[in-house]
Amino acid sequence: MLNETLIPKLGVVTDIRIDTPDVKTFRVVGTDGKKLFEHIPGQCAMLSVPGVGEGMFSITSSPTNKEFMEFSIKKCGCLTSWLHMMDVGQQITVRGPYGNGFPVEDPEKLKGKDLLFIAGGIGLAPLRSVINYCRDKRENYGSIQIIYGSRSKDDLVDYQEILNEWLADDGITVNLTIDREQEGWDGHVGFVPNYVKELTPDISKTVLICGPPIMIKFTLAGLKELGFKETQVFTTMELRMKCAIGKCGRCNIGNKYVCKDGPVFRFDQLGELPNEY
Amino acid sequence: MFRLPIEKLDDLFAAVAAAQTLYLPADGKDGRASYVKWEEGVKLSKALNTVRSAKDHFFPQTTNLCDFNMNGKNIEIIDNRQESENFVIFGVRACDARSFTILDKVFLAEPVDTYYATRREHGTVITLACTEPEENCFCSVFGIDAASPEGDAACHITEDALYINANTEKGEKFIESVKDMLTECGTEAVDAQKAQTAEIMKKLPFANVSTDYFRKNTLLDIFNSEHWKKLSEACLGCGTCTFVCPTCQCYDIKDFDTGHGIKRYRTWDSCMYSDFTKMAAANSRNSQVERFRQRFMHKLVYFPDNNNGEFGCVGCGRCLSRCPISMNIIKVIKTFGEE
Repeated sequence: MLNETLIPKLGVVTDIRIDTPDVKTFRVVGTDGKKLFEHIPGQCAMLSVPGVGEGMFSITSSPTNKEFMEFSIKKCGCLTSWLHMMDVGQQITVRGPYGNGFPVEDPEKLKGKDLLFIAGGIGLAPLRSVINYCRDKRENYGSIQIIYGSRSKDDLVDYQEILNEWLADDGITVNLTIDREQEGWDGHVGFVPNYVKELTPDISKTVLICGPPIMIKFTLAGLKELGFKETQVFTTMELRMKCAIGKCGRCNIGNKYVCKDGPVFRFDQLGELPNEY
Repeated sequence: MFRLPIEKLDDLFAAVAAAQTLYLPADGKDGRASYVKWEEGVKLSKALNTVRSAKDHFFPQTTNLCDFNMNGKNIEIIDNRQESENFVIFGVRACDARSFTILDKVFLAEPVDTYYATRREHGTVITLACTEPEENCFCSVFGIDAASPEGDAACHITEDALYINANTEKGEKFIESVKDMLTECGTEAVDAQKAQTAEIMKKLPFANVSTDYFRKNTLLDIFNSEHWKKLSEACLGCGTCTFVCPTCQCYDIKDFDTGHGIKRYRTWDSCMYSDFTKMAAANSRNSQVERFRQRFMHKLVYFPDNNNGEFGCVGCGRCLSRCPISMNIIKVIKTFGEE
């Protein structure tokens, strides 16, 4: 019988990391202990708990990780609440990879470029895959700068990895910010869009941005003021999905399906589409 | 072309049904036509068309995708797909026949939907030419000829005979299987009927509706038009149009806990419903005007953009007959066209 993409594979949760009060990172492998499938940074997978629901999540780990996949998931609805209650050893279903991913190997787009990552809150999840991919293939990319902000220090996703690996990596610059003053935080305080303007990044950089819509809106406006063009800025979108293969009809923005034609879009592409997201 | 005397029609159905399941439109107790499985005594409806479209045969209202058994932390996935048995749908009108090729573009595009593909592979579509198209019909707007339907084989019924001609290999096989009941004949009777139907088509109220506006204007101009607000004002969001529509193919995937296992099924859904795009954190189409616009943009702009200009409507007229507020795609096309 033909392979059917709507029928998932089995995955096992082998590790659960508590990132923030409402974000956990789940490590998933197949029942044989091996990685379920290969992916491109920015691609997604459908995770499901039968009887609870199925949802699209970006694959947070880098494809250079050959052992397992990771998903950083914020608790915000029915399925994610269930996922947050899981213990290690729980089986879930997985299908994918879906979507286009970031054009990391395209010399016209990301390869060889100086990269600026801008993330807010859980928006770091899809970018982490690209960041670690570029760190593992360091010779293929120019400078790497990461501007990341969250509500508070406790809401910074991947904080331990940022401290232990990214900040310790000489080749990359990390600028962290939190929304309000907090005891035990001597870093920058303020919203991401303003921080980006303060830092005045070089306008030759290629930007990858992900975060709450309001953050993206103001950051993009700020980047334009600094002289960035829409053709330099990539983002990754999220809309409701059921099939993940462009057939169920709900995640479209104009004539593009986020699940199939996205989730990664360049802002000049989004400009040609209805503002319905 | 082959001919069958009309009094032998039930014998033909019996012969077909002896070999494989046969579905055809028959009148229910309420006088409305719907596709039913043929058995002795079932009469082919004389109605112009069925209330529901023929898409059920390939894209049923619900499909069981797979099952799960949950056992502590373990899950068992059960792929219970079965090969379809061969079946024949008889009496499909030209509009519905075209809807299958539109659905093909969605479900047979990579990655292929195997549930749809097996049904399509095992189904033979025998169409029936219209002789009395009605005022709600507008298939000709989309280049469909009601008198010369597509499908595997096309039939024309006159006062005294049924004429059948194969369009595909499957259609040839069908004719071969009942050939001993048929006699080879010329096309004169069918040509005469086609000419007669063409005359009626010309006089239909929507015969000259033009879709040019949607080809000449940009996606964003149409999307941002002022017309949507007024057109959608009375829309109840009931979804009737999407359920009777032969080309509407949006679906939902849901799980049902039977008490001894989980059934995952695919079911028709409607872009007219408020929770269609609702996520835990946000909804990309919050108002009925956005949902209304989505349905018509999809059929008249997005689908053609992605499919070499082919519109996602076949002019069957079901939404015209069924919409409780009498809003429909013709009003949308005309409103923009009169700009």
